[in-house]
Amino acid sequence: MKTNRLFLKAFRTTLPVMAGYFVLGTGFGMVLASKGYGLLWALAMSVFIYAGSMQFVAVNLLTGGTSLLTVAVTTLLVNARHLFYGISMVDRYRNTGRKKPYLIFALTDETYSLLSTDRSPLNPEEQSFFYFCVSLLNQCYWITGSVLGSLLGNIVPFDTRGIDFSLTALFLTIAVDQWRSGKHHLFSVLGLVISLACLLIFGPENFLIPSMAVILAAVFPARRWEAGKDE
Amino acid sequence: MNNTLRSVLAVSVIALVTALLRFLPFVLFRGKKETPAVITRLGQVLPYAVICMLVVFCLKDVSFSVWPHGLPELISCAMVTALHFWKHNTLLSIIAGTVCYMILIQSVFI
Repeated sequence: MKTNRLFLKAFRTTLPVMAGYFVLGTGFGMVLASKGYGLLWALAMSVFIYAGSMQFVAVNLLTGGTSLLTVAVTTLLVNARHLFYGISMVDRYRNTGRKKPYLIFALTDETYSLLSTDRSPLNPEEQSFFYFCVSLLNQCYWITGSVLGSLLGNIVPFDTRGIDFSLTALFLTIAVDQWRSGKHHLFSVLGLVISLACLLIFGPENFLIPSMAVILAAVFPARRWEAGKDE
Repeated sequence: MNNTLRSVLAVSVIALVTALLRFLPFVLFRGKKETPAVITRLGQVLPYAVICMLVVFCLKDVSFSVWPHGLPELISCAMVTALHFWKHNTLLSIIAGTVCYMILIQSVFI
């Protein structure tokens, strides 16, 4: 496939994320600006941290006079799920050559959700270029959003409450796509049930890490059960 | 000035720890010709569980015990799911679901 056709394909793939990132990025820029951190801060954070929910948490860490150790531990807890993404992308990113460091750096929730189940029939070289375009486009949307939000400050043209539901909707459509692919239903159910149970037990602030631990523990017996069923 | 320096340090720490988490699995399983079978298997099935976990993560702050009892979220999620099973059009599902949710929380369940 030609380079520009691959880029177009990547662009089409990222459209659902574009909407969400513009909106959330803008929201982030606004919140940051309202705390006295202007354009350069928004730009620097979106370029160098590039982790959506963490950047929102970061606003409070910057303004609250928190110790650097607390900042580090909070980041570790909020972003621990990225270990999960890495583990499931090791194979996929194996032969991506010089693009690999950027691909790894830019592996956000949304980029992961677009690429982890990608099944495009591309050769390895085309594939790494496609991954690169998707990752870079997503970060551009995020940066554009945060810069825009920083400049806009608190002037909002219309009532945007609820617009962040677009990312929830994105993950839902991907879950439905995975379900319709007919494979590994058991793991979708496990992910849903385990996270809901952990949410009930540990509460919204602390449920993510126990969820990941239980999912990881459940994957192996579940996988054996699934394999046994296929035979 | 002192405050600026502290903020620069905090942003750097966040950037470093985030990058560390992202790079760690790739550093651990680099070099070897073959990825360990365990990791390959995880790569095949984890995305299914993780995406569902992300959906729950997005909805974690919804309170079912107080009005409107998570109804806007439940209705909008049901709509996205049904529409996506029916039409298989990602953009359509996301836009319709988001507009539905915005109307619900801005005008219906106030």
